[in-house]
Formats: sequence, C-alpha cells, structure tokens
Amino acid sequence: MTARRGTPRLGWMDYVVFAILIAAVAYVWYRVDSVLEYRWDWAVIPHYLYRWDEEQQRWVANLLMQGLYTTIRLALWSIVLAALIGVVFGIMRTSRRLFPRLLSRVYVELIRNVPPLVFIFIFYFFISSQIMPLLGIEELVRSASPETLAWLEFLFGPPKLISNVISGVICLAMFEGAYVTEIVRAGIQSIPKTQTEAGLSIGLSRLKLMRYVILPQAVQRVVPPLAGQFITLVKDSSIVSLISIQELTFLAIETAVSTTRVFEVWITVAGLYFCVCYFCALLFDWMERRMAVDR
Amino acid sequence: MKDNVVIELEGVNKWFGDFHVLKDIDLKVRERERVVVCGPSGSGKSTVIRCINRLEEHQEGRIVVDGQELDDDTRNVAAVRREVGMVFQQFNLFPHLTVIENCMLGPTRARGMSKAEARDRAMEYLARVRIPEQAEKYPGQLSGGQQQRVAIARSLCMQPKVMLFDEPTSALDPEMIKEVLDVMIDLAQSGMTMIVVTHEMGFARTVADQMVFMDEGRIVETAPPERFFANPESERTKLFLSQILSH
Repeated sequence: MTARRGTPRLGWMDYVVFAILIAAVAYVWYRVDSVLEYRWDWAVIPHYLYRWDEEQQRWVANLLMQGLYTTIRLALWSIVLAALIGVVFGIMRTSRRLFPRLLSRVYVELIRNVPPLVFIFIFYFFISSQIMPLLGIEELVRSASPETLAWLEFLFGPPKLISNVISGVICLAMFEGAYVTEIVRAGIQSIPKTQTEAGLSIGLSRLKLMRYVILPQAVQRVVPPLAGQFITLVKDSSIVSLISIQELTFLAIETAVSTTRVFEVWITVAGLYFCVCYFCALLFDWMERRMAVDR
Repeated sequence: MKDNVVIELEGVNKWFGDFHVLKDIDLKVRERERVVVCGPSGSGKSTVIRCINRLEEHQEGRIVVDGQELDDDTRNVAAVRREVGMVFQQFNLFPHLTVIENCMLGPTRARGMSKAEARDRAMEYLARVRIPEQAEKYPGQLSGGQQQRVAIARSLCMQPKVMLFDEPTSALDPEMIKEVLDVMIDLAQSGMTMIVVTHEMGFARTVADQMVFMDEGRIVETAPPERFFANPESERTKLFLSQILSH
C-alpha cells in the first residue's frame, strides 16, 4: 500500500462527524447564550493585553501579556534546568553503583507519587525560606549595574519579581525533572549492550563511553517523548500560580476577578497557552525531521 | 624462548549462575602467534576471549594479559583493553558516527591523540582494510562485509598488541566472507598476535600456528594445524572435524 500525499478525500463518515461537531458547538453556544444569560463583552480584553502608557507615550504589556512573558520565561528556564536534572539523574539511574541508583530512584518515586500541587506547597516553603536567601538573588539584583539589570530583566523579567520567578523555576524544574529522568533512563537503556561492549573494547572509560557513544544515540531516541514532556511543562507551569508566581494563570485570576469578564479572560488565556504549546509542537516536529535527515 | 608470552590463562573457571561455562582453561599465547579456537556452539569459546578483555569476569584462576593480571582493579582493566583489540560477530559499529569517526574515537578519546593525527592513522588503516573511499559514510550505508572491515580498522587504530576475533564472519552473507578473511590473512602475515574464534577451517589452515578445540567448557585438544586436521588425538575432535569438513 502506498500512502497518498496531498489533500485526503472526505468520506460520508467525515461529514457526519463534522455535522455532530457543529451541532454540539451550537448547542453549547445556545445554552450559554440563553440559559446562562451571559452577556459577552470582548471589548475589555485588548486593554488587558496591551495598554497605552501616558507617561512613556507608548504601548506596554498589561497583565495578561506580562503573565504570558513570565510563563514563557518560566517554562524556558525550567526546561533547561529540568533537562539538566533529568540527564544527571537519568545517568545515575543506570549506574552500576548502588548509591547513585538509589538516590535517583528515591527522587523519581517521591515526585511521581505525590500530587504536583502538594509537592509544590511543601517544596515552595523550603525554597523561599532556605534556598533563595542562600542564592543571594535579592542582593545581586540590588547591587547590579544598570547594564546587568537590563540583561537580568530580559532573561528573568522585572527585577522586583526575579526572586519570585526563580522560585517558580526551581519548583517546576524539580517536579518535571523526575519525568525527564525517566525518559532519559529509558533512552539510555534502549541502546543495545553491544554498544557498551564495543566502546569498552576500544579502551573508553565508563564516563567517555556514556559521553561519546551512549548519550548521543539516546538523545536522538528521546526527542519525541521529551518534546511531549516539555509541552506538558508549559501547561503545568500554571500550577505555580498557587504559590503566587505571577505568571499567566495567576494574573488571569486577578484580571477575571477585577473585570468580572470570567469567560472572556479564560478563553483568551486558553488561546495564549494554546499558541505557545502549538508553537513548541511545531518546533519539535521540525527538529525531529531535521535529525532524521541527518541519519 | 624467542617470543614472550602475551596472554596466559591458568586454571580459569567461570559460571553463569549454576552453569559451568569454563572448566580449568589453560592457554598460552606468545607474541606474533595466531591461535584459532573452534568447537561446537555453546562450548565456551566466545566466553574465553570475552574474558581476555574482561567483557566477562572469571571466578577462578588467573588471566594475565601483557604482564597485567585481570582482577577487580578497574584502571588496570581500561589499560588492558587499550592493548587488546576486539572484533565482534555483529560488528557493533557506532551508528551515529561516520566510518572515520568510528575509527578516530578510540585514539582521540582513550589515548588522547590529536584529531589530525588520529585522522591520518584512521585513513591508513581504512586503506589497509581496502575501504578508504567509504570514510565519510555512516555504518548503516555499508554492506555487512564492509562494516566488519571497518570494525577491524577501528580496533587496529588503537594499535593493540593482540587482536581478538569473535566469529567475525558468522553474521555475513557468503559472498562477503572472503573479503573479511582476506583482510584477516593480511593482518596475520603482518605479524599481529591473534586469537580467532571461527568455523572457517580454510582460514585456520592458512594462518593458524595453533589450533584449540573446545567442547563443553573444556579445552579438549591443542595442536599445530597440520597435526590437528590430519591426525587429531581425541575422538570428540575427530567427530567435530568430520561434521564441519564434510560440506
């Protein structure tokens, strides 16, 4: 059988499904419109995306876009940190020594078997009271030159919220890192043992074997599941709104409450999340195809 | 004695769980000597050579390679492996690296050689196994015979003192066996110390200094090829040879 490219032809079944879909949407619309007696007012939304700043005489991001930027920063840094945690613990998971294996196993099981919310409530207390002072972020920001401050603002957002954002990043990364660990472990273990034997027999140490033979092959195999996990991470980043990290969901709650336009705000927010995640999906698709061409 | 002993096994015993795979193995291989190990499948011949570069651990007895005894000291093991090349039945090339990168990995990463030098050396050995033109391809683009020759070149790039071959032609289509055996015969004639596990008796007759016949984990008979093929001592060897040489 040859797969046909181009536009697929639609069968009668497709039209039936399509009709049912339209009917369902229309029904929901009707219920919202008549039964709920909800008065739509989309006009308030644009103002919460961008507003005209009289002082600076220019358009600036308002709550929702600020939240989106924070979410993107939060997600990007968490992905980097989670990938780092995942690779280190993933390698430890496959170690021949008991201690590293035990340590990473405990980490993974603790996180996988506790609900994310509960974990984040407990862990945030620990981060904000112990780790953040230790990192000395506040002092760093206070003593930074304007130039460094500009960089910090570009990388982490508004200076007064930097420590807030970093707490969120650590929480998210700790949480998602456990899943990345499992993906990396599966990737490493999917490389046949004969590759290890071949590497050892040309005199590579265990470390170099991992670095030059096993990991490069494992990384290629884990790109698809990893992509899925990173998209999940973007969505899961909404959880940290509960520890007052001022990202999209947190600011959406504020906006919804203050405007009372609950549906409009949340539908807009859903759209924003969708755009970010779908963009990520397209990006990972492209990466995957590029790697396949290289082979 | 004009040549030194490079590999010495003394009373080696090994078990896989309850299964006694190697029973009191004694074997000496001198410099420049070519030893061919044969025997029915499951007789432990692969296990013997896998013990020599410690891909398997033995439980009893002594194995000394190039003056180093193989024990639990890991630094010792890595040093030994650099001096012992190994060619596998399934080639085991690194699929994510090109042919030349496969050959350069050991010298650059395990020996600390410069890239330029490693590249020159790799090209030299790829020429010796007669595929310098495939250097920039990936292993998946080559035939089995070509892959096995790359695997031989990859081992040679480490300039080992001994080469081990674990049934190097068993996974190949018949028309490709010869190209690999030719390379191995060249290598033998250049004076490389070799231990070869194989069923290719024609090859054994041509290059072997010593034939070793194994059965059920024991070395049954050790003899120079002339005597081994013409006049084997043990009944078990006679039976094996009659089975393998009749077709």
